Amino acid sequence: MGVLITGTNTGSCERDSPGHVRYNSVSELKWRPLLLRIRVKPDNTGVVTDGVKHSMNPFCEIAVEEAVKLKEKKLVKEVVAVSCGPQQSQETIRTALAMGADRGIHVEVSGKDYETLGPLQVSKIMAALAKKEDAQLIILGKQAIDDDCNQTGQMTAALLDWPQGTFASEVTLDGDKIKVVREIDGGLETIKINTPAVLTADLRLNTPRYATLPNIMKAKKKKIANVKAADLGVNLTSRLEVLKVEDPPQRQAGMKVETVEDLVGKLKEAGKV
Amino acid sequence: MDTRCEYSLPSLVDCQSLRQISRPSWGACQSGLRSRTTSAPAVAPNQAGGVVAFPPLQTYSEEESMMRDAVRKYAQERIAPLVPMMDENSVMDEEVITSMFEQGLMGVEIDPEYGGTGSSFFSSILVIEELAKVDPSVAVLCDVQNTLINTLFVKLGTPAQKEKYLNRLSTDMIGSFCLSEAESGSDAFSLKTRAEKHKDYFIINGSKMWISNAELSGVFLVMANIDLSAGYKGITCFIVDRDTPGLEICKKENKLGLRASSTCPLNFDNVKVPEANILGEVGHGYKYAIGMLNEGRIGIAAQMVGLAQGCFDHTIPYTRQRVQFGKRIFDFQGMQHQIAHVATQIEAARLLTYNAARLKEAGRPFIKEACMAKYFSSEVATLTTSKCIEWMGGVGFTKDYPIEKYYRDCKIGTIYEGTTNVQLSTIAKFIDKEYDR
Repeated sequence: MGVLITGTNTGSCERDSPGHVRYNSVSELKWRPLLLRIRVKPDNTGVVTDGVKHSMNPFCEIAVEEAVKLKEKKLVKEVVAVSCGPQQSQETIRTALAMGADRGIHVEVSGKDYETLGPLQVSKIMAALAKKEDAQLIILGKQAIDDDCNQTGQMTAALLDWPQGTFASEVTLDGDKIKVVREIDGGLETIKINTPAVLTADLRLNTPRYATLPNIMKAKKKKIANVKAADLGVNLTSRLEVLKVEDPPQRQAGMKVETVEDLVGKLKEAGKV
Repeated sequence: MDTRCEYSLPSLVDCQSLRQISRPSWGACQSGLRSRTTSAPAVAPNQAGGVVAFPPLQTYSEEESMMRDAVRKYAQERIAPLVPMMDENSVMDEEVITSMFEQGLMGVEIDPEYGGTGSSFFSSILVIEELAKVDPSVAVLCDVQNTLINTLFVKLGTPAQKEKYLNRLSTDMIGSFCLSEAESGSDAFSLKTRAEKHKDYFIINGSKMWISNAELSGVFLVMANIDLSAGYKGITCFIVDRDTPGLEICKKENKLGLRASSTCPLNFDNVKVPEANILGEVGHGYKYAIGMLNEGRIGIAAQMVGLAQGCFDHTIPYTRQRVQFGKRIFDFQGMQHQIAHVATQIEAARLLTYNAARLKEAGRPFIKEACMAKYFSSEVATLTTSKCIEWMGGVGFTKDYPIEKYYRDCKIGTIYEGTTNVQLSTIAKFIDKEYDR
C-alpha cells in the first residue's frame, strides 16, 4: 500500500506562508499475509494464501502514519491511500482511512493477474496514478514482508523521473525540498531532494497509530474509488515466470564434539575440508 | 474459527426498528419465522447481489469487524503487558484508562456530537468481549461505562445534563452506578439510602456497597429513596459529582478476582444534591435500574465469554506442545473430549450472547434471552477456567501463567448484576407466562 500526496492542479506547490508548502500525498498499500506458518502449494508454484489471514504490510502502515502526520502538521493537503489487489484489499484501504487518509483508490487486480503482480506492474500503476492525481509525494513501505522485493519505490521514481528517498527513518519538508535521513549499511545518510519525490518508509520512521473507534466510524463516510489497471493504460503481463517454489531443506540434527581435533576430523569426513 | 461473511442489508421494506442502516436486520429476517406479520419474504439466497437471507449469528457488518479487530490489536499490544502488575497491586494503570478513552472505547454508543464513537450496542458487546480476553477487569470498566452509565444519560438525560456529562463520559470521566447496599443486594429495592426533599434540593444520607470503579469515578448515579413509606416507588436516580461535600469513597475491597477494578463502599453524609440533578423522573428509579440491568446483563455475558475464550486460547497451545508418554497431551482421547466439550459450551454461550444483543438492537423482547446468556456464560466461564487449570497441570496452578487469574476472575460472573439464582427465577417467570395462552 502506498500514500499518494496529490497536488493542486497548478502542478506546482502552493505556498500559503513563507517556507510552507502544501502538498497532497498518496500512499500505496500492500495487502499481505500475516506472518504465520508458511506452506508451499502442492504443485510447487507458490505459497498457500487461501484462508490465510491478510493485513496491511507493516512498512506500509508506517508510510500511512507518516503521511497522516504530515497532514496533521498542515504540510500536506490530502492523503490518498492506494492498493492494488483483489476485493479484499479494500480492507487495508479502510484501515488507512481509519488512520486518517482522506480517500482511497482501489486498483482491482484479481485472479491470475494478481498472482503474477510484481513491483514493476505496481510501480507502473503508481506512476500512472501519480500523474492522474497530480501527486507531489508518494510514500511507500520500503518492502513487503511476503516477497521482500524492495523495488516498487525505486522503480516508481525511475518511471516518473522523480528523486527518491528510500529507507527513510526521518523526513522533513523544507520549502520545496525534502530532507531525508536514510538508514544505510554504514549508518545514517542525510540527503536533500527536490519535489515531487518518492519516499519509502523504514522501520524507525514512526510508530503507527491505532485506528480509534471514532475514526473507524468516520472512515465509513470516506470514498474509495475503483479503478482498473487497463484504465490507467498499464499492461499487467509479467515478464517473470515462477518456475518452482520449494521448502527449504529440513534442518538436520547437529552433532556435539569434545575437541577441536574431533571437529576437524568430522569436517574432513563430510568432505567439507 | 471465525466464519465472517459480508452481509449486505436486504430491502428495508419490512424492517421496523432499525437505528443504523449499516447493521444486518435480524428483525426483518427472523420476523417471518415467529410472529405472523405481513413482512415480505426475506431475500432469497444466491440472488445476484450475493445477499444471504438468514446469515449465521457470527456475521458482522464491516464496521463491527473493523472495530473488533482494532480493539483486539489494541488490547493485545497495550493492555496485555500490564495485566499481571495490575492484578498483583490491585490497581488500574492510568495508561490503560487514558488509552481506553483515546481509542473511543468508553463512549461506543455516544453520539459523535458529544465526543463519542456513535456506534451500536452490538459493537460495544464485541469490544467488551475482546477486552475480556485480555483482562476482565478492564472489560468491566468498559462495560459499566457503556451499558449502564452512558445508556442512562443518553436515554434519560435532559439536554442540560447531556451537555454537562456525555462529553466528559466519552473523553475522560469514569462513572459509577450505585444501587447495592450492605443490606440490599439481590433485594435491591429494599435499599435504605434516603433523599429528603428541601425546596429545590435533596439531602442524601446512607451508604452503598460494592460500587465498581468508585476509586476513579468522577460521577456517581445514586439510587436513593425519597419516600421510604412508598417502598420501591420512591426510588429516584440522582447524579452526584465526586467532589460533592459529604460523599465519602471508602477503602476499596481486597478481592479474589477482578482486582484491577476498584470496588468500594460509599458513605453519604448530608450530601446536598440540586433538583436539577435528578436523572429521569422522581420515583421511577426502580424502572430505570431494572431496564439498565437487563441490558448490562448482556455486557456481562460478553465479558464472561471473552474471559472463557481468553483462558482457553492460552491453554490449548500448551496442551499441543506438552508431551507425556510420548505424545502431546492434546492427543489423549480423554483430553480431547474434555476440550471439545468446553469449546462447545463457549460457542453456545457466545451465540446466546450475540443473539440477545441482536434481539435488543432489533427492538424485540430480549429479557429472557439476556438472562439466559448471562447465567449460561458465567457458568461456562467457571467451567472453562477450572478445566484449563487442570489441563495445564502444575504450571496452571502458578502465577507465572495467566490461567489462575482467569479462574479467580470468573467467579464474580455468577454473582454480580443479578446472581445466577435471580437469573434462573426470572427465566422461569417468563416461561410461566409463555404457557399462559
